[in-house]
Amino acid sequence: MRMELIQPFINAADAVLGQGLKTPTSIGNLSMEQEAYLRKGIAALVWVTGDIEGRIIFDMDSETAVRIANRFLETEPPESNELVREAVCEMANQVTGNAIATLNDEGFHFRIHPPTTLTAEQGSKGTEDTEALVLCFETCMGSVFMNIALRYNVAKIQRRDGQTTANVIDGCANPAPATAVQSVAATAGNKSK
Amino acid sequence: MEHFAPVRRTKDGQPVRYLVVDDSVFARKNLARIIEAFGGQMAGEAADGLTAISEYSRVNPDIVLMDITMPQMEGIEAAEKIMQQHPEARVVMVSSVGYQENIVAALQRGARHFVQKPVKAEVLYEVIKYVLGEDGTVANAAGAGAGS
Repeated sequence: MRMELIQPFINAADAVLGQGLKTPTSIGNLSMEQEAYLRKGIAALVWVTGDIEGRIIFDMDSETAVRIANRFLETEPPESNELVREAVCEMANQVTGNAIATLNDEGFHFRIHPPTTLTAEQGSKGTEDTEALVLCFETCMGSVFMNIALRYNVAKIQRRDGQTTANVIDGCANPAPATAVQSVAATAGNKSK
Repeated sequence: MEHFAPVRRTKDGQPVRYLVVDDSVFARKNLARIIEAFGGQMAGEAADGLTAISEYSRVNPDIVLMDITMPQMEGIEAAEKIMQQHPEARVVMVSSVGYQENIVAALQRGARHFVQKPVKAEVLYEVIKYVLGEDGTVANAAGAGAGS
């Protein structure tokens, strides 16, 4: 994955969590995962299709999810489990939607699909071009994990624009750093508050 | 939740009635909480665009708050169909997918405004007043009406 795909998601998650929780967030652990995804607690999955394809998973333990749902709605516990799951889905939807909006304004075209609750304990094993970046956002309510696996749909971009892949990708966004992991890690450090 | 001066219907001083359309129960509940803070009333809710069309005819709301990404029928198409059947309808799109292409498409199909999620209550409040225009009145602290 390249940096220009990841940064909008970091910015969007920071904004959505910050506004909803009314406190700043910081980015903790960051890692690349190529093994099968393992669910940590209550998780929401959003698929994206178009020039960029893949999925984003928001995942947190159930206690954190309850605290976040209650803070977002300014209610006291207990809320129903269904509403807590819906809260995680809506948060995933807002982060993905905001990030997609940024990428769309940069020239990428795609569609965001309605979020779903992830019930499987384990996802499929990642492949070379869909390896997942896992970011941990530290909030006052607990840790929120964002697991991103996205890739360029090169064929679709070429068909639409009739350009070479390199031209399309390089022309649509800022120059990418040498390696995504290094640049994301550097960004995470800068974003931490 | 901050406090807002209630927005009422100018014609009869009654609370503004809202139809909230979003596939997320959480999002609908969150909007209901904001509407209550505006002194408004939930006239109905729907979880997809198709249901929104029939609900509009049933409850005849003053304002529709409409999400975009939904199953069965998405919000922009639903807004267009509501506008075709009820040209007087006031539809405000409320979505996280706020890129220019979507906003333009929604406005071209008759939506009056676009509010980006996560919803800031103070932003939605101003949009509601703007969209209601002379049909909405902001009540002052003493309960007397004041033009919006």
